[in-house]
Amino acid sequence: MTEKSKEIKQKKVNNTEEQQDILTPWKLVRRKFNKNKIAKVGLAIFIVLVLAALLAPYLTPYDPYEMDFTKTNQKPSKQHLLGTDELGRDYLTRILYGGRVSMKVGLFAVIIEIIVGALVGGVAGFYGGWIDNALMRLVEVFMSFPFLPLAITVSAVVGVRVPPEQKMYIVMLIIGLLSWPGLARMVRGQILSLREQEFVLAAKALGIRDSKIIWRHLIPNTVGYIIVSATLGMAGAIMSEAALSFLGLGVTPPVPTWGNLVQNARDIYVLKNRIWLWLPPGICIFLAVMSINLFGDGLRDAIDPKSR
Amino acid sequence: MSEKILEVNNLKKYFPIYQGALRKKVGDVKAVDGVSLFIREGETLGIVGESGCGKSTLGRTLLRLYEATDGEVSYKGKDVLNAPKDEMKALRREMQIVFQDPYSSLNPRMTVSSIVGESLIEHGLYKKGKELDEYVVEVITKCGLANYHINRYPHEFSGGQRQRIGIARALALNPSFIVADEPVSALDVSIQSQIINLLTDLQHDLGISYMFISHDLGVVRYISHRVGVMYLGSMVELASKNALFDSPKHPYTQALLSAIPKPDPRTKRNRILLEGDIPSPANPPSGCKFHTRCMYAKDICKEQVPEFRDLGGEHFVACHFAE
Repeated sequence: MTEKSKEIKQKKVNNTEEQQDILTPWKLVRRKFNKNKIAKVGLAIFIVLVLAALLAPYLTPYDPYEMDFTKTNQKPSKQHLLGTDELGRDYLTRILYGGRVSMKVGLFAVIIEIIVGALVGGVAGFYGGWIDNALMRLVEVFMSFPFLPLAITVSAVVGVRVPPEQKMYIVMLIIGLLSWPGLARMVRGQILSLREQEFVLAAKALGIRDSKIIWRHLIPNTVGYIIVSATLGMAGAIMSEAALSFLGLGVTPPVPTWGNLVQNARDIYVLKNRIWLWLPPGICIFLAVMSINLFGDGLRDAIDPKSR
Repeated sequence: MSEKILEVNNLKKYFPIYQGALRKKVGDVKAVDGVSLFIREGETLGIVGESGCGKSTLGRTLLRLYEATDGEVSYKGKDVLNAPKDEMKALRREMQIVFQDPYSSLNPRMTVSSIVGESLIEHGLYKKGKELDEYVVEVITKCGLANYHINRYPHEFSGGQRQRIGIARALALNPSFIVADEPVSALDVSIQSQIINLLTDLQHDLGISYMFISHDLGVVRYISHRVGVMYLGSMVELASKNALFDSPKHPYTQALLSAIPKPDPRTKRNRILLEGDIPSPANPPSGCKFHTRCMYAKDICKEQVPEFRDLGGEHFVACHFAE
């Protein structure tokens, strides 16, 4: 063997050794998460629901808004697996597209929650003093609003001026802007405790800028908690949307969501005789919320370094 | 004798105490209350004292990690406490710190290479890339770690190894002064000696000055050239190692040294037992702070603060009666 090939081989050995041994914090989380079977089931169900919603145009030949008055109120059949509604629209298609809207509302409401919550909590925690005081009092004001009455009022006042297609965005805003205070409190607490850690002092001693201390040392250490609270928050947002839409104050027909599809159950005849109109969307809400909660709980256990 | 690299003059750090709903200031915790000292190039100054006497606060305040309440710190003639931002940044390259807790002092989400290399990028000495990696490897091997460690995370290391990472982080900027804030008290005895030997080797090779904070008298005796003893935020005695350990002048130092266990059970020990507890630093006794527990205390001790005076041969002591 020549010197060079020996050297190369040596390098390769070193390399593989390196790659095997590196356990990034995220790999650790994944490993712990994989041990949690229930959480994995939750994740699987959630992925199926998301895929079904995303691939809706390929899964069904019908259009969710196309009415066919020759085929109204049909029972489940081979052509229409879950029958049709009173306007002759294919019900399965309505549920698939409804899932799109419901999950979109949940996702964007949570994104709003995270942006506002993390920003307010981060600023309050890092700067402290009167800024912290003012922001936390604001948080308390928001927390003392009862959610449903306020959401109903805002939705009733703003909602009438908005066409049905855009009501979705109103609902996102209402849910997002009412749910950030909890996250803000949590992020503030995290930053407060991290700020006292010696590695932050060490960074200061090394002459690292404030902005870099926040971005490289403080935020990455709170990301795990933010992700967990985001997943759990999404389940809550989907529930809130369903509740508002069920009451007719969220997203309104003809735009389908799981919440306003369940509305069918308000008719006593439908409730008794056409189970397929309200049970499937109800099951979808249940499955979505449950799977996200299971997944989120598993994620929390995996991210928390103290649960080994 | 080599030159004085750091001079501290009457340094004070008070932490305010707030009380009540209006957060009214009701007093101060006088963590560091008028400390003066100097450190020469390539020298180790040991600082000893019991828990809560302000050793760590002293180290952090003179690096300006805490804003000082009063006093002066000059490093190679430059005013540290009033340095403007950019000058301070330059000073940070020269003055570093190693922390006590090897667990909380490393960011769990950064690899060794970014922990050690971050400051080099910040100060514009290196750009991200191969050269930086090579330099980081050079530094960590100097500290007794292996080159394949650079892509690992802190949780994959033992306490001693983590402390080596902390030392490598401080060394990366090539400082000439390091505050070692109880760097070995969280480690096993066998690992302690490794870290201490590493520190002395680095001093030998690079001529670094240390301020070595510890409550372990044996370790301080081994590593230091000169030793300072603190009590309740003040320096009570400061002398060369041999002078201090062989003929302590301050009654507190005498009591402290009498607590060192002797390996021979037959030698008779004159253990000096101090009475009472350490007073609160929020409300320290008048005059000499030690008078409440001192067996030689006289009336003058309650009234007059003893001067921190030189008894000759740079043996400083703050006691009215020391000779």
